Amino acid sequence: MNHRFLTASLAAVALTLSAESGAETTLSIGTVNNGDMIIMQKLSQQFEAQNPDIKLDWVVLEENVLRQRLTTDIATGSGQFDVVTIGTYEVPIWAKRGWLEGLDNLPADYDVDDVLMAVREGLSYEGKLYALPFYAESSLTFYRTDLFEKAGLTMPDQPTWDVVKQFAAKLTDKDAGIYGICLRGKPGWGENMALISTMVHTFGGQWFDENWNPTIDSPEWKNAVGTYIDLLTEYGPPGASSNGFNENLALFTSGKCAMWIDATVAAGLVFDPAESQVADKVGFAQAPIAKTPKGNHWLWSWALAIPTSSDAKDAALKFITWATSKPYVELVGEKFGWAKVPPGTRKSTYENPLYVEAAPFAKPVLEAIQTANPSDQTLNPAPYTGIQYVGIAEFQGIGTQVGQMMAGVLAGQMSVDNALRSAQSSVKRTMRQAGYPK
Amino acid sequence: MKQMANEKRWTTVIAWLVALVIFFPIFWMALTAFKTETEAFSVPPSLFFSPTLDNFVEVFARSDYLKFAWNSVAVSFGSTLLALAFAIPAAYAMAFFPTKRTPGTLLWMLSTKMMPPVGVLIPIYLLFRDMGLLDTVTGLLIVFTLINLPIVIWMLYTYFKDVPGEIMEASRVDGATPMQQLFLLLIPLSLPGIASTGLLTVILAWNEAFWSLNLTSSQGAPLTAFIASFSSPQGLFWAKLSAASVMAILPIMIVGWMSQKQLVQGLTFGAVK
Repeated sequence: MNHRFLTASLAAVALTLSAESGAETTLSIGTVNNGDMIIMQKLSQQFEAQNPDIKLDWVVLEENVLRQRLTTDIATGSGQFDVVTIGTYEVPIWAKRGWLEGLDNLPADYDVDDVLMAVREGLSYEGKLYALPFYAESSLTFYRTDLFEKAGLTMPDQPTWDVVKQFAAKLTDKDAGIYGICLRGKPGWGENMALISTMVHTFGGQWFDENWNPTIDSPEWKNAVGTYIDLLTEYGPPGASSNGFNENLALFTSGKCAMWIDATVAAGLVFDPAESQVADKVGFAQAPIAKTPKGNHWLWSWALAIPTSSDAKDAALKFITWATSKPYVELVGEKFGWAKVPPGTRKSTYENPLYVEAAPFAKPVLEAIQTANPSDQTLNPAPYTGIQYVGIAEFQGIGTQVGQMMAGVLAGQMSVDNALRSAQSSVKRTMRQAGYPK
Repeated sequence: MKQMANEKRWTTVIAWLVALVIFFPIFWMALTAFKTETEAFSVPPSLFFSPTLDNFVEVFARSDYLKFAWNSVAVSFGSTLLALAFAIPAAYAMAFFPTKRTPGTLLWMLSTKMMPPVGVLIPIYLLFRDMGLLDTVTGLLIVFTLINLPIVIWMLYTYFKDVPGEIMEASRVDGATPMQQLFLLLIPLSLPGIASTGLLTVILAWNEAFWSLNLTSSQGAPLTAFIASFSSPQGLFWAKLSAASVMAILPIMIVGWMSQKQLVQGLTFGAVK
C-alpha cells in the first residue's frame, strides 16, 4: 500500500516537473572558445537566475568548425541555433541572404548609440544592424621597450614599414634567440592574409579594381609582399610559415620577438604577468603605414546574432542584449577585473576611469578601432568593403588559396613573382566562375 | 645460434623504437595536460616542471564531461553491437553460401567508404532535420552503425572464410539448421575474430569526429565535440586542450589495454593455420 502511494506521488512529482520544464525555453548558443566567451559562459548563470524561464545551452567550437557548422545549419533552415557568434565578415553576407534577424527594436536602455560607430557599421547591412558586438579589435604594433632602449631606438607613435625594417635589422640577435620581428605566416584568409591585406592596402594596392578584376600582379602587391617576405626571412623566427596568432603570442611573451604586429586583443595578454614573461617591458604603437595611411590596420568584431530559423527569437534577443550591455561590461569588471572587460565595443567602457587605469593600452586600441574604416580602405576606389578581407562569400576560398601561396614563398618553395602571378590567374578564374563582375 | 639471438635482440630494439615513436605524441599530450598554459607554449619545451591539476579542474568546471562521456559510450558500443548484429548474418551468408554476385556485392559495400563523408553532409543533414534526429544519440548511432558496417562485414567475412567448410558440412550432415550452425558453431569458433572486429569498431566510433561535430551540438554530442570546444584561434589553450584530450581518450585506452590479448589474438587469427 505504502509502495503504491509512493509510486503515485513520485509519478505526480515527475508530471509536475515535466510540465514545468515544458514552459522553459532553451537557447542554443553557438560560439567560439576565446577568453571573452569563456567569461560570458561563466557569468551567464546570472542571466539564467534573472530569467528562470530561459535555459542556456552552449555549443563551443573552433572558429572554422563553427563557421562550417553554422553555415550548414542556417542554409538548410534547421534551426539548431538560437544565437550565433559571427564576425564582421559574415554579418553583411548572411544578412543579404536573409539568414539573420534585423535588430531594429532594441530596448531603449540598451543605448545602441554608445556602441562604437565603426563597429556598428561593420555589423550592418544596408543601414540596418544585424548583430550586437561582443568584442572588437584592430591591429597594433607591439614592441619590447627594453630592447629598444638597449639599441638606442625610439618607436614613433605611427611607424612606417621602412622604419620597422630598419629597426628589425638592428634588433635581431639570432645567437641570443631574439628575432627583430614576428608576423603571421600560417596560411589562411584570417591568418597570414589578414596581415598581408593590410600591408597591400597601405602600400597603395587592393584586391580588385572597380570592375572586380584582381590586381594581385600589380607593383603595389609586389612591394607589400616583398617587404613582408624580406622581413620574415631575414629578421623573423625560423619556421615562420607555420606561425599564427597563438604561436607568435607564445614567441613574444617568452621574449623571442622585438616587434610583433597583430590583433589588439594581444595587448591584454602580453600585459598579463600570469601569461607573459615580458609584461613590464611592452610598448605599443599604431600598425605601420607605407604609401597611404588607409587600410593599414584592420577591424574585426565578434558579434551575437539571431538566425531567422530560430524558434526562440524573443528569448534570444533578451540574451544578446544582456551579454553586450553596459551592465554586463561592469559585471565583468567587478568579477574578473577591469583588464578583462571585453574591449572595443562601447564608448562608455573607454570613458570608465577604472578601465583606463587597468588597461594602459586602452587609448591606442580605441584609436585604432575608431580610425579603421572598412569602406574607405584603399588609395584608389575599390568595389568591396573590408580591410583584412573582401566582403564577398568567395573570399574565404580565394584568401586561403593565396595565403597558401604566400606561405609557400616564405618556406622558400617559390619566388614572390611566381606566387603573385599564379595567385592573379587563380583568383581571376575563381571570380569568373562566380559570375563577377556582378 | 648466436646469430639468431642477435637478430632477436635487434628486432626487440626496433620494435621498442617504433613503439616509442608512435607513443610519443600521446605521452607529450599527457605531459602537457599537467603544465600551465605558459609552460605548454614555452620554447624550448620544458621536460621538468611542477605538475598542476588546474587544467583538469578548469575543464571539469567548463563543461559537463560525464554527459559527453556517456554519449560516447552509448554511441560507440551501441553502434558496434548494432553493426555486429547486421554484419554477422550477412558475412555468414556471403562466406558459406556465395553466389556469383557476392564478390561484387562486397566491393560495392566497401566502395561506400571511398567517398569523403563531406560529400553527403548536406543530404544527411536534411534527412536528419526532417526526421528530428539532429543532436540526438539515436542519430549518431544510426550514422556510426552505417559507416562502420562495410568494414565489419569485410573483416567478419575473412574470419568466417578461415573456418574450414568441412566442419560446417559435418554439422549439416548431423542435421544442424543454418541458425544452429551460426550460433553453435561459427560464432564460438570465430569469437576472437568477432571480438577484435568489435573492438576496432568501438575505437573507430569513439574517435569519429566529422559526423559528431556536424550532426550534434549539445544533447547528443560525444567526447570528440568536447575536445573540439577547447581549441581556440586566440589565446593560450594547449594545456587545457591536452587535459580535455587525456580525459577523452582515457576510457578507450583502458578498454583497449584490458582487451589487448583478444585484439592481438583476433588480428592474427588464422594466420598460423
